[in-house]
Amino acid sequence: MTGIVTLNPVSPEAAAISHLFVAILIILGGIFLLVTVLVLYAIARYRDRPGAPEAKQVFGSRRLEIAWTVAPVLLLTLIGVFMIRAIEASDPPIEDRKPDLRVVGHQWWWEIAYPKSGAVTANEIHIPVGKSLLVEVDSADVIHDFWVPELGRKIDAIPGHVNYVWISADRPGVYQGVCAEFCGAEHTWMRMIVVAEGEGDFDAWQRAQLATPAMPSDGEAARGLTILKDQTCLNCHAISGLAGNQTVGPDLSHIASRRILAAGAVANSPENLFRWLKNPASIKPESHMPNFQLSDEKVRALVAYMETLK
Amino acid sequence: MSDIAAADRIAPVEAEREGLLSWVASVDHKQIGIMYLLSGLVFFGLGGLEALIIRTQLAIPGNSIVTPDTFNQLFSMHGTTMIFLVIMPVMAGITTYVLPLMIGARDVAFPRLNALSFWIQLFGGILLYFSFVAGGAPNAGWFSYAPLSEPAYSFNNGVTYWILGLAGVGIGSLAGAINMAVTVLKLRVPGMTIRRLPLFAWITMVNSFLMIFALPVINAALVLLLADRLLNAHIFTPAFGGSAVLWQHYFWGFGHPEVYIMILPAFAIISEVIPVFSGKPIYGYEFVAASTVAIAFMSFAVWAHHMFAVGLGHLFDLFFGISTMAIAVPTGIKIFNWTATLYQGRIRFTTSMKFAVSFIVMFTIGGLSGVSFAVVPLDWQLTDTYYLVAHLHYVLFGGSIFAIFAGIYYWFPKMSGRMLDERIGNWHFWTTFIGFNLTFLVQHLLGMMGMPRRVFTYPDWPWWMTLNMISTIGAFTLLASVIIFLWNIRISLGAGAPAGDNPWDAWTLEWATTSPPPAENFALVPPVRGRRPLWDLAHPDRADELVAAASGE
Repeated sequence: MTGIVTLNPVSPEAAAISHLFVAILIILGGIFLLVTVLVLYAIARYRDRPGAPEAKQVFGSRRLEIAWTVAPVLLLTLIGVFMIRAIEASDPPIEDRKPDLRVVGHQWWWEIAYPKSGAVTANEIHIPVGKSLLVEVDSADVIHDFWVPELGRKIDAIPGHVNYVWISADRPGVYQGVCAEFCGAEHTWMRMIVVAEGEGDFDAWQRAQLATPAMPSDGEAARGLTILKDQTCLNCHAISGLAGNQTVGPDLSHIASRRILAAGAVANSPENLFRWLKNPASIKPESHMPNFQLSDEKVRALVAYMETLK
Repeated sequence: MSDIAAADRIAPVEAEREGLLSWVASVDHKQIGIMYLLSGLVFFGLGGLEALIIRTQLAIPGNSIVTPDTFNQLFSMHGTTMIFLVIMPVMAGITTYVLPLMIGARDVAFPRLNALSFWIQLFGGILLYFSFVAGGAPNAGWFSYAPLSEPAYSFNNGVTYWILGLAGVGIGSLAGAINMAVTVLKLRVPGMTIRRLPLFAWITMVNSFLMIFALPVINAALVLLLADRLLNAHIFTPAFGGSAVLWQHYFWGFGHPEVYIMILPAFAIISEVIPVFSGKPIYGYEFVAASTVAIAFMSFAVWAHHMFAVGLGHLFDLFFGISTMAIAVPTGIKIFNWTATLYQGRIRFTTSMKFAVSFIVMFTIGGLSGVSFAVVPLDWQLTDTYYLVAHLHYVLFGGSIFAIFAGIYYWFPKMSGRMLDERIGNWHFWTTFIGFNLTFLVQHLLGMMGMPRRVFTYPDWPWWMTLNMISTIGAFTLLASVIIFLWNIRISLGAGAPAGDNPWDAWTLEWATTSPPPAENFALVPPVRGRRPLWDLAHPDRADELVAAASGE
């Protein structure tokens, strides 16, 4: 969802920030108007005109100085009180809760794991509506930042410095998230989505993610599986049921169930998957995924196989 | 000070040199000041060009006029250039030129060191730009966060050039700051006590001390990062036991005072221009001076408001949130004093004054949006978005650059002997004002809509293209404004109206000598018995001290 997302909260945590934001905008807007009106009045009223009297040589007023020192102090104290209340509301303590979700930033995609169930995916987080989940945020390389504006605060993903943040959504929907800390060439396309759905849908999704995908035995999909094994795909990607390395590239076990490809650069469709496998740079120029110079026929077979990974 | 002692301290006038050599070999503060300004202007052109390419790339979604890596080099260089090679040297240029004249001195305290400062910082700038032809410019941002700036993630030599270039600028600026501080403390004309010091000199002195304490932090951190890059020291690489967060503490430990290093000279300029064109002394002199000292001290206790998203704990965030809000108080005092100076004045709307008055309002916007980053939970939403890009440009362009233009229009007649054209100046002002606000006002909204900083493109969502396009149109309006400014300088240098000694009826000592001043600055320095020596000279019956005494102040 788009729009003025920072003022369109969908979680209690985001709402605490949004309400604070509105209050502060009103206060700051008031001060801005005061200064602007004073300046505009002064330059209109005291503009040099022929015959205007010489300016009065005034050096200052202690009383006024005290006034415009004390007034801002009081106003800032008020803002400070608002702030202290909002800090706890927008970022509640984690106490001794074990994380429900583990999000690891990579150049340039998000690794998503559900430690309690063992489900693993990438760039697409599913959460049950109305439940607060605790997210552990980590990085595999440089500093990233996990940010879903409608659902709350952003928090850095720093190597060697694990962070925690709550995530929840009051109503079903697909919420846009993004890496908010500059992390290198493709920082732009390090997006993610958060799908908030009913408890039943969430459980079904999680079960599907945990299932080992069936191996196709004939047709184009089976040829695709052979090509995948012959090539070096599994050096970087994991598919459950096949020996693979999941620390470099996204887990592909259920890639066909996902909505976005290349961390949000394009929608996930067979056509876009074809373009991606044919030449990743045509979609995401500096992606770490190499161009394997595969023939159209081989790429078609790979796409056919990967479309079975629901 | 006796005349004999003074004569001893004056270096013998150098033998006349001709042409380029008379500049390159110069240790005269006026020539060095002008060279600072010229080098700043050249880098302003380069940094501006980088900004225009950035804005052209972002005009429409999915644009690909530059590659992602080139885009990253461009914004890294834009930020580094504008901060270290434009605002700092231009402020140094104005200060180097004006300060000795304003306090009635023959030159700065250490003229040769002054030349070294300029040349070493220029060399740093050239080294930085040499990276473009030496394998690629720095691409890790002006902040070079580790581990992205480490060799494992930044493959070209750009960041190494960035380190060496900045070290040059840092050393040059540090030497310059020492020079200015000593100049104010030791070379004031007899009678000019600290309480009678023009506010420009006051604020320059405070700023010099701020630089003396802040710059070594970055210089030391640069050496550590260089050790990481060249010697595999792993100080900032967590995979080998280093700390990525440590670099941020070092960087912002310097980086936030740096913001004030860029804005205090702007306050200094505004505190001269507004009183002169209002025909009144500055309102609340003591409060403007004291609030500067307060800002300088407090600026060392706010650095971690750049790090609220790092996850350092609520108590930590709260401390820096409150300290950051507190620094808004002395800043607000200044804004109210400048505004009060306008009251009951006789305001002459010269181009310089137009820039100065709009500075008050533009800087207020930047200051207020800054408060929204002090409020920790808002920072958690807004940091690293275009809201922050808007904020920092309202401070550094609407603030520092507007003040620089006010200062250039104000002192150009002193430097060149000719007035800048006011009619072209009016065009320059309005194109700058409109272009600036077109470019940056909409960026607040883009940030609130979730557009992160430092992205080379963005999804085609409702309003995103419209707002980005407005911003790009604003950027090209600014290009027009800069061309008008250059044109004004060109024709005014040749055919501008002669300035005379004191074209603005100003009160500080630099206007008591010829325009441009002779090599030795003054044939005779007028007596200084108050803050406005030339006012006292023109109105002996209503001298400031007498008026103040009569009113019981």
